[in-house]
Amino acid sequence: MSARPIVTLDGVTKSFGSFKALHETSFSIGEGEFVTLLGPSGCGKTTTLRLIGGFELPSSGKIGIAGQDVTTNPPYRRPVNTVFQDYALFPHMTVAENVAYGLTVRGATVARSDIPRQVAEVLEMVGLSQMGGKRPGALSGGQKQRVAMARALIRKPRVLLLDEPLSALDVKLREVMQVELKRLHRELGITFLMVTHDQTEALALSNRIVVMEAGRIRQIGTPNDLYDRPATPYVADFIGATNLIEARYAGREAEFDLITLPGGAQLRRKTAGNGGFHPGSAVLIGIRPEHLRPAAGDNLVQGRVVDTLFHGDSIRLEFLPDGATQPAFAQLARGSSLSADALLPGQPIRFAVAPEDVMLFAKVAA
Amino acid sequence: MRRPASSMLLTAGLFALPLGWALLLLIVPYLLMIAVGFWTRQFPLFVPDFQFGNYLQLFSDPQYTTVILRTLKIAAMVTGCALILGYPLAYFLVFTLRSDRLRNLIYMAVIVPLWVSYLLRAYTWKIILGTDGALNSALIWLGLIDTPLDAFLYNQTAMVITLTYIFVPFMVMPIYAVLENIPKGLIEASEDLGIGPLGTFRHVIAPLSLGGVVAGAMMTFCLSFGDFVAPVLVGGPDGTMVANLLQTQFGAALNWPLGSALATLVLIMVLAILGLTGWAERASARNLR
Repeated sequence: MSARPIVTLDGVTKSFGSFKALHETSFSIGEGEFVTLLGPSGCGKTTTLRLIGGFELPSSGKIGIAGQDVTTNPPYRRPVNTVFQDYALFPHMTVAENVAYGLTVRGATVARSDIPRQVAEVLEMVGLSQMGGKRPGALSGGQKQRVAMARALIRKPRVLLLDEPLSALDVKLREVMQVELKRLHRELGITFLMVTHDQTEALALSNRIVVMEAGRIRQIGTPNDLYDRPATPYVADFIGATNLIEARYAGREAEFDLITLPGGAQLRRKTAGNGGFHPGSAVLIGIRPEHLRPAAGDNLVQGRVVDTLFHGDSIRLEFLPDGATQPAFAQLARGSSLSADALLPGQPIRFAVAPEDVMLFAKVAA
Repeated sequence: MRRPASSMLLTAGLFALPLGWALLLLIVPYLLMIAVGFWTRQFPLFVPDFQFGNYLQLFSDPQYTTVILRTLKIAAMVTGCALILGYPLAYFLVFTLRSDRLRNLIYMAVIVPLWVSYLLRAYTWKIILGTDGALNSALIWLGLIDTPLDAFLYNQTAMVITLTYIFVPFMVMPIYAVLENIPKGLIEASEDLGIGPLGTFRHVIAPLSLGGVVAGAMMTFCLSFGDFVAPVLVGGPDGTMVANLLQTQFGAALNWPLGSALATLVLIMVLAILGLTGWAERASARNLR
C-alpha cells in the first residue's frame, strides 16, 4: 500500500454482551483504495464497517479517519458516508429530496441556492436524471441502489462505506452495478470500503481484500495475492474453490517440497524455500479445480470418478482421490479429450498438476 | 351456474343476524334521533313536527354555545396534554430503552389501567385533588402550605388532568405503533448524512410518525368530547360539558326534541373531525408510498 492511510483501526475490539463480534483488529486503508471486507455472515465484517461509520462504538481500541481520532464521534461527525444494505431511503421524500438531504445540514459549506444544481449533477452521475420527482416506493431495486449511492456521494465523503450494496439485486443487475461501482470509484477518486460475502464481487472490484472469519482478519492482500498465495486453507477455499487433501510432508528436494498423498503417490510442489515443515508432519495440500488437467505424465493425483455435472461451458467432475475421505473436484473444458466412458462413476482417473500450482498448509486441528 | 338455493339461504341466514342488529340498534335509533330533533315540545308531550326551532335555540342561547365551546376547549386541551405526555413516552420506549423486558413492562403499565373501571379511575383523582387529598397532604408535609387548599378540585384544570390521565393510553398506543415501525436504518441514514439527533427527529421521525399522532389525537379528542363523568366528579359548577347537557335534556329537563337536536349536532361535529383526520391520515400515508 503506497498511498497514505485514510482509515486506521488500531487494536479495535467489539463485544455485544458476552459475544465477541470483533477480536483485536488493526489495519489501515490507503487513500483512494477500493477495499473489501470479505467473509461469511457473522464474521464481523459488518460490525467493522459499522464501527467505522460510527453506528457502534468499539469496546476498545482506536479508529482514525483522515488523520483524526473519531473513536467516539457520532456518525454525523465523521467524514464518511454509508450506502446501506437495504438502502434506507426516506420514504416520505422524493428522490431529489433524499439526495439533497445531506446538504441541508446546518453549517454545510454548500449555498442553499446551489443545492438543486448539485443534486442534478449527482443524479446525472448515477444515471437517474429523470427520476428526481419520484418517491423511493416507485423505484426498482437497481434505481434505489443508485439513489442511495447519489445520496452518500453528494456529501463528498473521504470514505464511502458500502454495506453489501449489491446483495438485494438479481444476478444480471448485480453485474451492471459492479461495473458502475468500479466506474464511480475510478472517476471520483474517493476511497471505497465495501462489505460483501460474495468472493467474485470482492475479486472483481477491489484493490485489496480483507478476509475475515469468526471476528478475526485471516488475510489481507490484493485479489491476486489471495488467489495465488492464500495464507490458510480457509482463505484458499473462500477465495475461489480449492480442493483440500490431507497429506504428509516427505521432505525437500532441490526447489521442490515433496508431499506424500494418502494413496502413497508423491507430489512435488515448487517453492522458493521450505515453509518450515518437518518430514512426516501432517499437512493439507490445496489444488484449485481448474489446475487439475486430465493427463498422463508426472506429478499426478489419482482417484476414481464419483459423478459429473454438466455446467454448460465446462464439466465439473467429482472424484475421490486414492486414500482420501473427502471427494475433490476438477473443472474440465467442454471438449476435453476424455471419452464419455472414462467419466462413468467408478472409473479410475488421473490428473496432472503443475508443481507451482500446489498449495501447502499446516494441518491445524479443526 | 347459480348457486344452489340451500347455499344462498345459508348465506342469508348467516348475515341476517348482524345486519338486523345493525339496522335495528344502530341505524333506526340514529334516524329516530335526527327526526325527533325537528319535533316540538308541548309539555309534557313531544309532537311530531318539522321545524328548526331546536337548532335555533342551540345556536342563539348562550347557555348552549358556551357549553359546546367549553367542551371543544377541554377536549382540545386534553388532546394537547395527552400528546405532550404520550409522544415522549412512546419515543422513550421505542428508541431510548434498550431492554425489551422493561419496555414491555412500561407499555403494559400504560395499557393496564384500561382494564380498571373508568369510574374508579376518575374517582381516584377526586381523592388525590380533594381538600383532604393526597396532593394537599403532600404539600403540607413538604411545608409549602399550612392549610389544605380547595383550589385543585372542582374546576376545569381538574377535569383536564383527570381526562388526560384516563385517555392518555389511546394516545400512546398508536404513536408507539408507528414509531416502532420506523426502520432504525432510516435514523442511522440521517445521522450518517450529517444530521444530528434533533434534525433527525424533525425531518425523519416526526413526519413518519404523523399518522399515529393523528389517530391518537382523534381518539383522545372524541373520547374527551363525549365524556360526562369527569364533569360530574371533579368538574364543579363551570365544568358542565355537552354530554351532561344531553343527559339533562333527556332527564330532568324532559326536552327530548332539544336533546335530539343537540345530539345530532354533536354527531355532526364528531363526524367532521373523523373525516378531517381520515383525510390527514390518507395524505400522510400517500407520502410514505
